[in-house]
Order: sequence, then structure tokens, then C-alpha cells
Amino acid sequence: MEKFTKLTGVAAPLPILNIDTDMIIPKQFLKTIKRTGLGKNLFDEMRYAKDGSEVADFVLNRPAYRKASILVAGANFGCGSSREHAPWALLDFGIRCIVAASFADIFYNNCFKNGILPIKLPQAEVDKLLDDAERGANAVLTIDLEKQEITGPDGGCIAFDIDPFRKHCLLNGLDDIGLTLQKQEKINAFEGRRSREQPWL
Amino acid sequence: MAKLRTLFDKIWDSHLVDVQDDGTCLLYIDRHLVHEVTSPQAFDGLRVAGRKVRHAEATLAVADHNVPTTDRSQGIADEESRIQVQTLEDNARAFGVEYLPMDDIRQGVVHIVGPEQGFTLPGTTIVCGDSHTSTHGAFGALAFGIGTSEVEHVLATQTLVQSPAKNMLVRVDGPLPAGVTSKDLVLAIIGRLGTAGGTGYVIEYAGEAIRALSMEGRMTVCNMTIEAGARAGLIAPDQVTFDYLMGRPRAPKGAVWEAALAYWKTLSSDPGARYDAELVIDATELVPMVTWGTSPEDVLPITASVPDPADIVDGAKRAAVERSLAYMGLRPGTPLEQVAVDAVFIGSCTNGRIEDLRAAAKVMENRKVASGVRVLVVPGSGLVKEQAEQEGLDQIFLAAGAEWREPGCSMCLAMNADKLTDGERCASTSNRNFEGRQGRGGRTHLVSPTMAAAAAVTGRLTDVRKLV
Repeated sequence: MEKFTKLTGVAAPLPILNIDTDMIIPKQFLKTIKRTGLGKNLFDEMRYAKDGSEVADFVLNRPAYRKASILVAGANFGCGSSREHAPWALLDFGIRCIVAASFADIFYNNCFKNGILPIKLPQAEVDKLLDDAERGANAVLTIDLEKQEITGPDGGCIAFDIDPFRKHCLLNGLDDIGLTLQKQEKINAFEGRRSREQPWL
Repeated sequence: MAKLRTLFDKIWDSHLVDVQDDGTCLLYIDRHLVHEVTSPQAFDGLRVAGRKVRHAEATLAVADHNVPTTDRSQGIADEESRIQVQTLEDNARAFGVEYLPMDDIRQGVVHIVGPEQGFTLPGTTIVCGDSHTSTHGAFGALAFGIGTSEVEHVLATQTLVQSPAKNMLVRVDGPLPAGVTSKDLVLAIIGRLGTAGGTGYVIEYAGEAIRALSMEGRMTVCNMTIEAGARAGLIAPDQVTFDYLMGRPRAPKGAVWEAALAYWKTLSSDPGARYDAELVIDATELVPMVTWGTSPEDVLPITASVPDPADIVDGAKRAAVERSLAYMGLRPGTPLEQVAVDAVFIGSCTNGRIEDLRAAAKVMENRKVASGVRVLVVPGSGLVKEQAEQEGLDQIFLAAGAEWREPGCSMCLAMNADKLTDGERCASTSNRNFEGRQGRGGRTHLVSPTMAAAAAVTGRLTDVRKLV
């Protein structure tokens, strides 16, 4: 997993409530057996017309946002299906950070497994960042994970909270499985106890 | 005195392998269901790292999302779907995991197969790379959906890194009125909580109406808990649960059954245990429900009319309703019963069980599908299909003019050939009415199996209580 330390990039505004993972990556693209290559179909049904041409006013098709690396979005982002194809598609497009008032649980977890930082902020602060993000090519934000700060185009600064363990893993690009396997003996002990107490499992 | 604990607390505590100083927990996972869409990259990750599946016997694989629901003797026509299902079969073989192939009578939607096989047991932790894993909470199991990286983590370690959820109690008092089902109940709950109202919580359902539900009805309620944003739904096991499980292929037998039963009977919240949030619903006031928008929270009684965005003060919410109505092609103020449908889908992990098919068949018996309406009935598993055919339900559906299909996820998410075309409107017993969910441009109204059957025979959204 790629580390996340500090990111400076264009922020795209997507102020829609309840953006679900079917919107982020529709099911016809879930037939892949790979993690890569999904970026071109990110937000497919909003981004492309039925004939395959680009929808000109969809935010990621506008010239200023074609290389956006941050999304500022409506509340309850990522609800619905557990498909990790959603963060894979975001990452493949180049999005490394999403800011919203709230996220759906499974999507939120999935982000951290892929080096994407989801930031929860009060709606009033999200609204400020949405205003910043509306400035097109000038909508540049800097996200500093170590300091837990977002700096806006005018130098204004917003602090954010994050779980310390998740922060540690993102900053260092740590692989969860490797960490868990260091606890092998505890898992063995748990299993020993379980087979004595619950022999039906 | 020991701390009073909820059912969630008890299951959580009994599965803790490790708690770090920062509060991060390592949770043991007893059961892992695997399907073809969210597992290939996980098995690939194991292969790249040279890892094995830690407990193949705690893992069960079945293909459901991509499988055709028509004649399967020629295999899967769609190349990508065929490769994905083949990849699951190959991975299962390579890693020693049991796989239920497409021609096995036990094949079906993963959340219908688990309970049927007795793979789902009270007090266990169950995961699957699928958000509707919450279904299994109906047995008093802590069951939740995970992403593919977590699938790989469970395959490799039989554990997950988790933080504890908050506890919510939803108590449903009084009996459900005639003509009102568990689907209507859970839709009403989602309407009350909102699609993010359960975020961060595990919801325990209790009360008279919940106790009166069959296992099928309880599974429907827990299944859709994710649509309120909650991590999982839970119902304390009781005699209904034990009767359902006894004799299932993977359920314990003999003396071990007795030991398990004694333990399962301890699985309920302590009286007086604290919940972080509570919601009380009066079941007696409920009526059949239908969604009008593109989020499961966009739900109203069938007796209501399409809402008017002009009545909504909050700007973001108003914009969401306007967007939904434009997508759904609905005018504010239209009575929901006047909305005509083009298609009806009866099936899915929400409502593809035998009781659902019986209820739908009862409404369709001696009636005909309305002219121009396409009706798909898709049993949740091969065993459900066999049972339905033994009871003659297939003949009722066929005589009415519906299609009787092979088991799978089908038009719930339209990953196989079963999908709506642009602008088509469907009364569906599935769980999500998101934009494009049942096919690009398709319009979904979520309803119960009996309401779906009513729409099939009248050709419009209909209050089923008028037909029974």
C-alpha cells in the first residue's frame, strides 16, 4: 500500500447526498478479477452519456478537475454495496483523499486499505471546502496527515480527527495482514480455547 | 456486579483475540462466506504473498452474482462473468475451500445458502465480501459485510482488525396487522432512521412483532439493516431459531447439539443493559410500504402520494429529492397507487426464501399477470426452488404468466443478463433502489413479495390488502 503523508492537489466538488458505491462504480465493471484499470469507469453513469460520450458538466469532465486528487462530497458518501472496486476506481483515477460530513462504514474501512484518506468534518466546514473547490484550477488544497490539517487556497486551516492506529498505518503504508500475523500466538491461543469451549465450531 | 451487557457486547467480548493500547481490536471470525465478485483479488493477494487459507473448513464458496437464471446447461455466455465464476472455482480448489458449483442443488444466493446449510449459527461472527451479510444476524450472529482487502485478511488470519460498534435497540411493539410483512416493517424502520441513521451502530431488534416473525422474516429485517447504514442487525436466538437449525447439514448433532443449545440460550441482552440509542415502533400502525426515490430511505405507505420537493426546507435534501424524482420520472403529488410498472422482480437475498415465494404465489393464484408486464420469479437457492416446485408454487407463477427461473442474485443488481432497460419501471422485492441498480436508467420501487405480486397482476403499484 502506498503511504499517505502530505497531499497537495485540486479538490473537486461533488455536493450530492448519499453517493452510493453503485454510482461510484456500476456493477458491470465488477466482473474484473484485477484491482487496477477501473479509473476510466469511475462515476461511469454520471460521467458518460448513454452513447459513451462525456457529460460536459460532470465535475470530473470539466478541464479544471480532470486531474483532481481530492473529492469534497455530500454526507453519507460510499453507502450501499461493500465493493472495494469503489476505492480502487477512485485511486485508479487519482483520488487520494475524500472529505465529507460522514461516510458509510464499509467504504470508510476500505479506503484505509488502499492508501486513501477519508476525512470527516462538520457540514459547515465541508461547505467551506465546497466553496473553495468551486474555484476550478485554483481549488488547491493541501492535506497534511501528520499534522491533521487541511490548508485551503487562501491559507485558511482546518483541523481534522482520525483514529491514531489508522493514521499510523497510512503514514507508514503498513500492511494489515503482516501486522496481524505478528499476533499469531494470540490467535492460536484463542482457537485452542474456542475448540474446548465451543466444540461445535 | 458484572457490567450489564447487550447481545452485541457478549458476542464481541467472546471473540476478542487482542486489544491494543489505542483500543483497536483483533476480532476472531468463525465463518466466512465467499462469492465470485469480491474474492478474486483476495485470493490473488494470498498467492502473491505465499500465504494459505488459515481455516478452509470455516470458509464456504458459492457463485451467485453472475450466474444465469435461465438454462445453465451451456454454461455462462458472458465471457467476463464466466471467467469470474471459473476463477472462484479454481481458487476454491487451489486453497482447499468447499465450493458449491452452479449445478449443485445447494447453490444459490450466498446469504440464503449459509442459513440453509446450518453454516450460520448463533453467537458466531460471520463475514462475507458483501454488504448484505447482515442477513445472518437473524440467528443472533454478529454478521457484517467487508471489502476485498478484509476478505484476504480473514482468509489469511481468520481475524479482522475492528473497532467496537455502538448499540442501538429497535423495539417493535404489538403485532403486525394483516397484509403487512417483515419487508414493510424494515422499510418503515429505514424510513424512520434514514439511510445513514444506523452508521456506527449494530442494531438489535426486539419486541413482540420481531418475536412473532419466522426465521425468513427475521432474515429480511436483518438483511436490510445495512440500508439504514448500520454495521449489522441482531435478533436474539429463541425456539424459532433452534427449530430452524436442527438437522441442517452443518448444524451440530447429538450431544454437541445439546451443548451448543445450552450456550445459545444464554445469548440475549441482559435486562437493563444500556443502549446508545433506542427506537420504538408501533407495529399496529404500519401499512404496506413502497419506495418512490433512489435511496431506501425514500419510502412511504402505499396509501401516500409522491412527495413534493417544494415542501422540503433543507437545500441539500431538496436537491436530492428533485434528483430522485427526475430519475424516477415521477410528478409530485401523484398517488403511489397510480404508478404503472413494466416489470416485477421477486427474489434476492432479501426476499428469495420459501416463505416469500409462498406469499407471492398466494396473491397470484388464479390471477393473471397484467398485460405488458414482465415478471421474474427467482428462487434464492436450488433448495428453495425444489421446495417451491414440490408445493406447486412454480405452476401458480407460470399459470399467471410469470417466468420461473434458476437461483441467483439476478435482477437485484443486474450483473447477469437479468436487467431493466432505460426508463423501465419495476416493483422489486430486492434491497436497493439506487440509480442504475437494476440496469442503467431502470426505475426501482422496493416492496414486499405480496406487494410485488399485487403489482404484477394489476400492472401498477397496488395496496395488496385490497386483493386478499
